[in-house]
Amino acid sequence: MPEPTGATPGPGTGRRIRRIAWQLRVVFLFAALAVLPYLLSYSQQEIAVLLVINVLLVSSYRLLTLTGEWSLGHVVIMGVGAYASALLTKRLGVPVPLSMLLGASMAAATAAILSFPLFRMKGFYFLIGSFAAGEIIRLIWKRFTDPFGGPKGLKRIDPFPDIDTGFLSIDFYEPVNYYFLALIVVSASLFVLYRIERSRIGLTFHAIHWQDRLAESVGVDTFRYRTLAFVIASFFAGIAGGLYAHYVGAVNPTRFSVDQMVYVLVWAIVGGTATFYGPILGVVVLTVINEIVLRALGLDTARPLIYGAILILSVLYLPNGLESLGPRLRTRWQRWRSGSAAGRREAA
Amino acid sequence: MDLLWQTAVNASYAASYMALIAVGLVMIFGVMGVINFAHGELYMVGAYCVVFLYAQESFPFLLAVAAGLVFVGMVGLVMERTMFRPLRDNPLAGLIASIGFLLILQTLAVFGFGRRMGHVPPSTQGKLEILGAVLTYQRLFVIVAAVLLLAALWTFLRRSKFGRALRACAQDAEAASLQGISMNQTARIAMFIGAALAGVAGALTAPLVSPTPYIGHSIIVTAFIIIIVGGVGSLEGAVIAAVLYAFVHTFVTTFFDGVIANIVGLALMLAVLVVRPTGLFGAKERA
Repeated sequence: MPEPTGATPGPGTGRRIRRIAWQLRVVFLFAALAVLPYLLSYSQQEIAVLLVINVLLVSSYRLLTLTGEWSLGHVVIMGVGAYASALLTKRLGVPVPLSMLLGASMAAATAAILSFPLFRMKGFYFLIGSFAAGEIIRLIWKRFTDPFGGPKGLKRIDPFPDIDTGFLSIDFYEPVNYYFLALIVVSASLFVLYRIERSRIGLTFHAIHWQDRLAESVGVDTFRYRTLAFVIASFFAGIAGGLYAHYVGAVNPTRFSVDQMVYVLVWAIVGGTATFYGPILGVVVLTVINEIVLRALGLDTARPLIYGAILILSVLYLPNGLESLGPRLRTRWQRWRSGSAAGRREAA
Repeated sequence: MDLLWQTAVNASYAASYMALIAVGLVMIFGVMGVINFAHGELYMVGAYCVVFLYAQESFPFLLAVAAGLVFVGMVGLVMERTMFRPLRDNPLAGLIASIGFLLILQTLAVFGFGRRMGHVPPSTQGKLEILGAVLTYQRLFVIVAAVLLLAALWTFLRRSKFGRALRACAQDAEAASLQGISMNQTARIAMFIGAALAGVAGALTAPLVSPTPYIGHSIIVTAFIIIIVGGVGSLEGAVIAAVLYAFVHTFVTTFFDGVIANIVGLALMLAVLVVRPTGLFGAKERA
């Protein structure tokens, strides 16, 4: 089949066009995200806020998986950010946006301490070790009523302060407004995460994942880089935790249990972790199916069952995740087109 | 002193059913290399077999237990055929699939029996007194059954041809299949036995624990701790770790409280992992 021939582009033109196309796509995406909440019902807006927070959670989780380690403690780390931020505002009167940053730093510090026992392990043992460490933290919240509130957790956490400048007043109790706040914070965080992945540090994470012995032999301190990935990922999980705590207004140990961790793992796996957007795709698609489609169909009790079936089917038939679906369909389409073109040529 | 002795008797009961569960999990991992996250739900299904056959339909207790053993073993066969066989080269995918299966089993249990605790009347009222400590027959059943089943399993693995094939696959699947051992056949047997052990543990303890559809969660946490402390892939290690864990957990629960006991158990596991990252009885490194 003859290729359509246009003006031969000079060197660099193609790159510029691709760059503009990319920028256009980002602008469109943000435009769509800005319009989205006005198309949703009130309860769907609330789901959208949690979805944005979960996008940050699963994206930060991916940074950790870049080094090849799968943790089962990530949701508890998010909880450390949530609890710390909530306690700082309740007990010490720290203003809310600052408390979120401090809470996230607390989550990062927790990860730094945990890395000493945990990074002695690898693979499956790390998975279980991180689970144990997270569960211990969670049980401490549950056992010690002062200051953590015990099984009931913390309630009436200070909300994000309203902005009132005379002509502009924003009440963050409204899901729409909190949605935009979360969107800004999460977009900024995702940008940082993306830049980290593309930096020399991010390339080293990849190297440790695929060739840890080789990386060590050329002088990479794998322990320090694993710790670095864990600490950065935990910081952003902590930000997600802070956003959650000051939106919902309550945290409890059950909210950060291993069941919730399973969901994060599932989003990442179903979406695929080879690309930056894979886990985001996973959390968005599965949340829409779970919260909106199945709810609309009135299948409330059967939701876990259908969710489970989707999980099994996706690992069986879509082993590289949803992110592989686009390229796969494209190659199939191209093969079909070139196949039918060859068929026509043969007939002629 | 009396309390200490009574606690020790209680701990041996806990050790018995924990050993059954952990040994099943280790067998599945040993042969297929996959962590069966739905193992706690297999226990739950076993318990509901007794709820249905014994408490609701009033069949004899032992018959219900036997039915639970066979039924859960068959559930294991279904899992092997539909999920673990196609995903054999990909342990992470196997783990995720088993999470999906767990959700399905939980939902089916909710459909069949509701969310509330199932009530199972005790099958006997009798009790034994050993040097002042009380042991109900119901608990004694569990201990006796665990000892008999584990002894039978041990003999089967050491003496029979199937058992040797199974151990060969656990050590080196490729070399085993080069010797003409059918990997599928071995995986089926391991999965049946592993699942059936979890099921029989659930069936035997159903009158003692009041099952709910969500009981599997605490079971799988306990089982993970035990197989890590024992060294993943070691059956003897799993039994020893089950006894160790049951004693520590029961004593801390009796003298402090349940949550502290869970923290101590997890800290114990973390300590073992730090000192010996492959568990107390695990092989040095497993590919």
